[in-house]
Amino acid sequence: MKVSMRVNGVDHEHDVEPRTLLVQHLRENLRLTGTHVGCDTSQCGACTIHVNGEAVKACTMFAIQADGAEITTIEGLATNGELHPMQKAFWENHGLQCGYCTPGMIMASVDMLKNNPNPTEEEIRHGLEGNFCRCTGYHNIVKSVKAAAESMQGGA
Amino acid sequence: MIPPSFEYLTPSNISDAVALLQKHGDEAKILAGGHSLIPAMRLRLAEPGYLIDISGIGGLDYIQEESGQLRIGAMTCEAALEESEIVQSKYPLLLDTAKMIADPSVRNMATVGGNLAHGDPANDHPATMLALRASVVAEGPNGTREIKIDDFFPDFFTTALAEDEILTEIRIPSPPSASGGAYLKIERKVGDYAAAAVACQLNIDSSGSIENIGLGLTNVGSTPIRASSAEELLKGKKPDENMLAEAGRLAAADSEPMEDLRGSAEYKRALVNELTQRAIKLSLQRAEGSR
Ligand SMILES: Cc1cc2nc3c(=O)[nH]c(=O)nc-3n(C[C@H](O)[C@H](O)[C@H](O)COP(=O)(O)OP(=O)(O)OC[C@H]3O[C@@H](n4cnc5c(N)ncnc54)[C@H](O)[C@@H]3O)c2cc1C
Ligand code: FES
Ligand code: FES
Repeated sequence: MKVSMRVNGVDHEHDVEPRTLLVQHLRENLRLTGTHVGCDTSQCGACTIHVNGEAVKACTMFAIQADGAEITTIEGLATNGELHPMQKAFWENHGLQCGYCTPGMIMASVDMLKNNPNPTEEEIRHGLEGNFCRCTGYHNIVKSVKAAAESMQGGA
Repeated sequence: MIPPSFEYLTPSNISDAVALLQKHGDEAKILAGGHSLIPAMRLRLAEPGYLIDISGIGGLDYIQEESGQLRIGAMTCEAALEESEIVQSKYPLLLDTAKMIADPSVRNMATVGGNLAHGDPANDHPATMLALRASVVAEGPNGTREIKIDDFFPDFFTTALAEDEILTEIRIPSPPSASGGAYLKIERKVGDYAAAAVACQLNIDSSGSIENIGLGLTNVGSTPIRASSAEELLKGKKPDENMLAEAGRLAAADSEPMEDLRGSAEYKRALVNELTQRAIKLSLQRAEGSR
């Protein structure tokens, strides 16, 4: 079955089996391996990407459901070699250790700030309920999102 | 895990979707947000030969209040409920429920119609719709019919929808003035299904007595459960602590929990007892506040 989508600004068309999951399509057909698979059961959020601007778990969506969609993955956040403020904030605030959860954390956090540009610590923690991290204890992740919110409000 | 193979169908209107359901019978399933169905397919709990994706059908995604009813299109996602001004201002029970379902990314996909049509007693909307005395609209080959929520969940993972019917809308009576509601849920970890949860919707008269009350219980039986003995006890009353405790006991007696990985039957009954009392108290406070 033909599926076409615009991923990080580039149009792609592929022939896929209907049962191909979106995360599998991105990783295996498009070779965009920044989107990770952690649990494969829609719990951990490692596979979070944006479909038409909304954060979704790419392990629980078929590629064909995204036919005609606009998709952003972690590879598409930086512009002209300049890291997105959220990426910068994770880097500067040690928001990661092993990095496995990081692409999903960052994509979920960007979506959160879109809906709530200035979240409290509690709102950040609730906003990341669908993203698990086994390393950091979340402390520096929350700090990173807070820092990103501040820098993005500052007009960055 | 990769789900089993299927053929993917994309009708552009409801009658085409119904025709596809008729043609393929029990081999076909509707695909809405996919967040119950795709996990079930991975585990081979469902192996439909045909998936009928209804996301391309326009006009099933809306939240409107008119002529004394809130009407929610079946394809409305949980995130839209959370963001809706009318839900935020007048339907605290619905707002509480949407916020307790899974996590924000799941809520961008999961639909209210799918949450009911799945017939899972662990899902949160069924008990909420019982408390709100909602009904659902089903469309099939012979047109549409309205089904009362009390008749919608006849059995475990079973709904009143016929094989060739699609759930198109949820209808909730608009609450009168001085109404309040609340959804309280205990989960083992964030984003999980309920160990037990209680939905309460009520309104009070000028003296503070309860005029009408609805109480629904989540995941403490093979279907969502209406705590009718507790409802009867409280109707027309201004409950004190003793009466609330009695309501909690009655709701726990109406529940039929089974022991599983979320706890023993006794533990879940104790949860129902406590959550019922808290949900009623919070609903009363909210009703007072909305005068
Ligand atoms: C990690 C995770 C955690 C979750 N936690 C919760 C939770 O805490 N509480 C909760 O309530 N839910 C929870 N869910 C379930 C989630 O809310 C589901 O998405 C929802 O129950 C089903 O909605 P859907 O749109 O995804 O339906 P789908 O998965 O697409 O469909 C579910 C079933 O309903 C049928 N169906 C769907 N729409 C219609 C329709 N309009 N007419 C007829 N049949 C239809 C389908 O054929 C299928 O059998 C969770 C899901 C995940 C993945
Ligand atoms: S891999 Fe998708 S949520 Fe864990
Ligand atoms: S940094 Fe290792 S899982 Fe989050």
